[in-house]
Order: sequence, then structure tokens, then C-alpha cells
Amino acid sequence: MSASNGAMLSITNLDFSYGDLKVLWGVGLTVNKGEIVTLVGSNGAGKSTLLKNISRLVKWAAGSVMFEGEDLSRLEPHDVVARGIIHVPEGRRIFPEMTVMENLRMGSFPKACRPDRERNVERAFSLFPRLKEREKQLGGTLSGGEQQMLAIARGLMANPRLLLLDEPSLGLSPLLVKNIFQIITEINKQGVTILLIEQNVYQSLRIAHRGYVLETGRVVLTGTGNDLLSDNHVKKAFLGM
Amino acid sequence: MEIFFQSLISGILIGGVYALIGIGLTIIFGVMRVINFAHGELLMLGMYATYFLHAVFHIDPFVSIVITIPLMFLYGAILQKIFINRILDALPQNQILLTIGLGLIMSNAVMLAFTSDYKILTTTYSSSSVTLFGISLSTPLMISFAITAVITAALYWFLLKTDTGQAIRATAQDREAARLMGINVKRMSIIAFGLGSALAATAGALISPTYYIFPQVGSAFTLKAFVITVLGGMGSVVGATLGGVLIGVAESTGGVYFGSGWKEVVVFVLFLLVLLFKPAGLFGKSRT
Repeated sequence: MSASNGAMLSITNLDFSYGDLKVLWGVGLTVNKGEIVTLVGSNGAGKSTLLKNISRLVKWAAGSVMFEGEDLSRLEPHDVVARGIIHVPEGRRIFPEMTVMENLRMGSFPKACRPDRERNVERAFSLFPRLKEREKQLGGTLSGGEQQMLAIARGLMANPRLLLLDEPSLGLSPLLVKNIFQIITEINKQGVTILLIEQNVYQSLRIAHRGYVLETGRVVLTGTGNDLLSDNHVKKAFLGM
Repeated sequence: MEIFFQSLISGILIGGVYALIGIGLTIIFGVMRVINFAHGELLMLGMYATYFLHAVFHIDPFVSIVITIPLMFLYGAILQKIFINRILDALPQNQILLTIGLGLIMSNAVMLAFTSDYKILTTTYSSSSVTLFGISLSTPLMISFAITAVITAALYWFLLKTDTGQAIRATAQDREAARLMGINVKRMSIIAFGLGSALAATAGALISPTYYIFPQVGSAFTLKAFVITVLGGMGSVVGATLGGVLIGVAESTGGVYFGSGWKEVVVFVLFLLVLLFKPAGLFGKSRT
């Protein structure tokens, strides 16, 4: 897969600092249409920060992020959402005092996605039947796993073209983890391109087309999911082999 | 017992107006975590607008709110867009200074324009009352309570059922997550401040037939709004609604049983008691 041509998302030489602390050092990454790309790395490697740069919650210092040929540097977060880039943040970030249904409705807040609202609610409920049973319950009263389902379902409400998933399996039971990875694959098959951040390196490399390894803010390794799974450095650092 | 019911009902009637003031402040705080210290001055502007619409155009104060509400919404929205949106990420003390400063400019501008003389808006029904089951009810207070109830109901509907209303609540619950939903939080802040401003001005309009109107009238109401909001739980609309009614009743019954000089004491003792036993307010969530 060529990185320069036809890339949906292309990040080049991205530098970012929180005050004096430099977090990203010349990061380069591409995501092609239809792919699942995973970004793995230990805590504090800068994975979440990279996603926050893409969704413009924070503003990078140097480098560029292009989405389908458009430079994102001048956009606000709500403009990025309007382009079809949806960021499902770490820690679920459900609106605690809104019902499951209201949370889903907020996912389709941009005017352009409101006509598809009912269809998208149906899709969300078919992917996560559990949410239908909890429809009228407040987000804050759901279990961790249910909140994670809701966070992903809410992200799908805006007809995403590129879905940024930050640690979707964090804190879930092993059974639910397996389930979440199946669902991510399923969403990808429905035509949504995915950039996935995970601490569950094994599972995420298994479902990903390609992966990047981030260490202390730098990309140190890239390749297909299978290549990385058999890489000695990855095995040692992340898979405990 | 009759005196008790009399003061209870009067308290509830005026409490409705207090609720409007508190709801405005709490919506602003909820959406942007800024305490609006110019809240009383917005109410004062509502009073003056009502006064002049009555004096110049002879429009009844309860009718002129259809002009005052959109006007003050616009005014609040402009204040937010030009000034307050710039300090959303600033230190709290700077936010306080800005809203206090805006309030000072408003009250002094009004003083410059209309002097600090007390103005009285007299209507034919200003001092009339109706007697029901032996309880005498002030006509203007009853009308204002009815209007308050309608406006509060409309506001609840807006916040619960419309996309924009839900987006305002979402922004209040998690600002960053709201941005990831494609919500333009600066726009929500503009709507929130416009709403808060319109609600404060409505309260001002509703009390103008029964209160003195002067440029410094606002400061007492800023304090009252703050007490109501903290009592109900910062950011809680339900809390502010009940907090307003509670403060109205405390003032009214306190005035009757301890003398009108003591009514503020009753209010603040109640306030301190609530904070002692429920520091986050009646409907507030303690920050963990």
C-alpha cells in the first residue's frame, strides 16, 4: 500500500508540546481509505495526544495533518467532525446526566447527519443490543462496558468516514474485549476507516491492516499487522515474549 | 396559621421570579464555568427597559417582555461574543474581574444617562390584590408568577427536547466531549449568555411594578442569584428553580415572624445550614 498516494489521512513531521514538555517528535503516519490502522505504544508515548491533534482539541506546533487533501490546521474541532472525522475519546466521556438515547442523539448533532438519525440509532442498537435495553437509563449509571459500547455507538451516529478510537478495550472484561474487537472489524467492513489506539497490542495488530509503534513521541517501527506481530522488538516490548 | 399561609404563598410567588434569576446564572455557569457577576445589572437593564417602554410607549410591563426578552437575549449574546468568549480559558480571578467590570459599566452608564433617582412604575393594578380563602394575593405578583411558570416550562422543554438545548446540557456536562460531537461550544456559550441575560431581564421586568428602579438595584440581586445558585447546586437548573422558591419563602416567612429587618438573616442562615450539611448544594454533585 503506497503511503503518499490516495492516503485518506496523512500526518507529516508533527511536533507537539504541552508547555515545555515536547510530546510528539516529527511523527509521520498515513491511513488509507478502508484500512484499520493501529497505533501501539506504552503509556505516555503520545498516542492520545496524536489523536487530540487530529481532532483539533489541541493545536500542533509544526508539521501537517491532511485529510483528503485538506489541511486541518485552521479548523476547530466541530469543523473536523463535519469533515467526517469522529474521535471516540479515552475514558468514554459519556454525558453522565443524559439518557442513552440522548447521548446517541448528541452523536448526530451536526445538521448534516440529523436526517440519518433514526437509521443510525437502529444500526447502533443492532451492533449493541444491550444499549437498546438501557435506552432510557442515564449514561452515568451504565457499567464500564456499556459506557464503552455507548461511546462507540455515539461515534457512529455522525456517519464517520474516519473513526479515531482511543483505548476502546481499556478496563473491559476479557469476554467484552473480544467482542469489542469483533465489532471494530464489523464497523470497518461497513466502510468506515479506522485509526485505533490500543494497549492490547496483540488483539489490535491481529485485526489491523497496518500498524505503527510509537515510543516517547517518535514512530520507531511500522509495517503490516502480521509483520509487527512477528517483529522481535514488538514481541519483547509489548507481547512479553 | 393564616399568617403562615399568607407569607408562604407570597414567598412562593416572589420565589418564581428569584428562580428565573437563579436559572439564568446557573445556565451560564454550567456551560462555561464562569460566574456572571453582572447578573444583577442585566436585571436592572430589564427594569429600565420596562420602565421606558411603559413611560414612553405606554406598554404594560407584563406585555413589554415580548420586546425586552429578545432585546436582552441579543445584548447578552453580543457581550459574550465580544468579551466573555475571550476569557473562557483565563484564570477565574480574571473572569470575575471582567464580569464585575461589565456590571460597573452598565450601572454607571445608566446612572449617567438617567441619574440615580428612584423611578417608580405605577400601573392601575400595582397595589391591587385578590382575596382567596382569606389569603390576600397581590395581583402583579400573581401575574408575574404565572408568566414565570410559562417561561420556566418553555425553558425546560427547550433544554430537554431540542437539539440546541441538549447540546447546551452536553456542553455543561463535558465540554471536551461536546466538542467531539461537533458542537461549537463558543456558539453554545453565546446562546447560554443570551438566555441568562434574557431571564435576568425578564425577572427585572416582572418586579418593576412592585420595586424601586435605580441604577444600583442590581448588586443585591447578583448576591441573591449567587445564593440561589449555590443553594440549588452550581449548574443545576432544577436546583436553581427550587432554590429560588426556597429563598422567596424564607424571605417572606422570615420577614413575618422575625421582622422585615431580619429576613436577609433568615436567608443566609438557611444558606449556611444547607452548605454545612450538603456542601455541593441541594442538587449539586460533589466534585470527586
